[in-house]
Amino acid sequence: MISGPTIRKDLSNNLRAAYARMWVRLRGSNRDPIALASEIGLPILTIGAYVILYHAIGLPASAGAAVIVGGAMIAFWTNVLWNMSSQWFWEREQGNLEMYMVAPVSRMSILLGMALGGSLNTAIRALGIVLLGIFVFQVPFQVRDPFSVGLVFFLTLAALYSLGMLFASLFMLYGREAWNTANLLQEPVYFLSGAYFPAIYAPIVPFGLQVAGSLIPMTIGLDAIRRLVINGASITSIWPEVLALIACILILFPLARHSLNYMESLGKKEGRLTLRWQ
Amino acid sequence: MFLGPGLKRDLSIETKGLRRLFKGIPGKGDVVALDQVDLEVYDDEIFGLLGPNGAGKTTLIKILSTLLLPTQGEARIKGLDVVKQAPQIRRMINLVSGGETPGYGILSVKENLWFFSQLYGLPRDFAKDRITKLVDQLELQDYLNTRMAKLSTGYKQRLNLARGFVNDPALLFLDEPTLGLDVISARHLRTLVKGWIKTGGKTVLLTTHYMAEADQMCDRVGIINHGKILACDTPQRLKTKVAGGATWKIEITPNLSQPESVKSVQGVLGLSQNDNIETGITTLKLVLEDESVMSDLLSKIRDNGCKVLNMGKSEPTLEDVYISLVGTGLEE
Repeated sequence: MISGPTIRKDLSNNLRAAYARMWVRLRGSNRDPIALASEIGLPILTIGAYVILYHAIGLPASAGAAVIVGGAMIAFWTNVLWNMSSQWFWEREQGNLEMYMVAPVSRMSILLGMALGGSLNTAIRALGIVLLGIFVFQVPFQVRDPFSVGLVFFLTLAALYSLGMLFASLFMLYGREAWNTANLLQEPVYFLSGAYFPAIYAPIVPFGLQVAGSLIPMTIGLDAIRRLVINGASITSIWPEVLALIACILILFPLARHSLNYMESLGKKEGRLTLRWQ
Repeated sequence: MFLGPGLKRDLSIETKGLRRLFKGIPGKGDVVALDQVDLEVYDDEIFGLLGPNGAGKTTLIKILSTLLLPTQGEARIKGLDVVKQAPQIRRMINLVSGGETPGYGILSVKENLWFFSQLYGLPRDFAKDRITKLVDQLELQDYLNTRMAKLSTGYKQRLNLARGFVNDPALLFLDEPTLGLDVISARHLRTLVKGWIKTGGKTVLLTTHYMAEADQMCDRVGIINHGKILACDTPQRLKTKVAGGATWKIEITPNLSQPESVKSVQGVLGLSQNDNIETGITTLKLVLEDESVMSDLLSKIRDNGCKVLNMGKSEPTLEDVYISLVGTGLEE
């Protein structure tokens, strides 16, 4: 039987590991000025182009606001995909995954550290996009229920990072195949979640694609946040999205945990866990 | 360190009938990496595994460090099963693989060591003291704030070693730790490991290609080839076993065109040849059953078109033990 102090010690060790990995992500990113500039600057250019386009074709200012919110939120999806899931692939190539496997900490705590570090970095990019919207393009935001905005934002991140952990389990075992899968997921998710187009375009998106899009936590969270910060909606009108995000977390988190354990066990069985350059 | 019969020491590593197969090329069947390995390594011992590439050394270390599952048999670390009790085992071990440089290039030596210390739950101040000590021992002081990416190969390897000691493990796996190190750094490492083992309650499992390293460092040595442990004892006892025969060093020129013809002489237990490209002289090391085979042997060498320049009997070394068991030298 595992005693109370052992559980406490394990928890404390795992939190230390998560903090340390978060610190590595923050310190590493901020030491590379080119990466930092491209992380913040380049997406701003893309978003700016969309806002100008929508303005030029005479769409209401809220269309630009929708793109600003979409651009800010999609940054977190990019972080999940490239700076968390696929990072597992690079950790293996560098020999770090082997060290994580030998250390007495859960893989989840390492991924949690990556997620926290990544989301703090991404928050800078997202903030840059929002500030661009407010001060340069003067898109209108009306936030009546900041608590709900915070809640939906938190739930969306939790669901996204659970999905990220699930992908990480693939990267733990597979090499280039998983890399290509991540590539394959990037643009379709941008499209299906409606990150770069306002809601008025939704009716012309085929129903099947709308259903596919609604299975992605990003789409659900994005839709709710847009209504909260652009339409000034309150929690009463977005509770189905809140429940859907909670359901995503309840399904994805245990699934990710199970998948990580399964892939680790499979990797140890097949001898592929520390195999490089697949 | 060898204790006489009746004196029981605590087992640090124990394997019984350990077997590991890997999927081979389609149609060629499985590759046997480890075959019925029975091994006992004790506390306070530096145990060396000697074997050529592909002998199964790294596979064994990966199983013992919980990175790989055995296909058959069992392995225990301090009495804990590597398959069922991996999390408990991980609290007691660490692994250093030569030629590997885990860590983050963008972080400094100090930052990398701090990061790895946190994977073992070391409290902040304690970790700081431990890192300072390790940095001193491995003479990394001048590079403390240097990014890992800017370190030379040798210093990266020192950092890797420091990482291995950061949790002060009860059992340290060193997989070819001196690979890529210069002579001074390698000597430094040996001194460090030998000093560390004296602190008590520690065990080192070392794999190496270097016979002298194994001879100098290890309390006991296991010789492994094709996944099987061929012999296991103290270096001295292993040498004594070979001393019953005869070990000869013969210098010839040019080298043997058909070494197999020399090996096939009745009474030749093993042969290794080392060519010196600069002088054109080849040194043969031979382990013989007895000296009565010398005339047949010399005539076979001449049949190869070689001229004998020098010859003499030599004291058996660990290399001779290896040659007598495997049939060839480690470099071949």
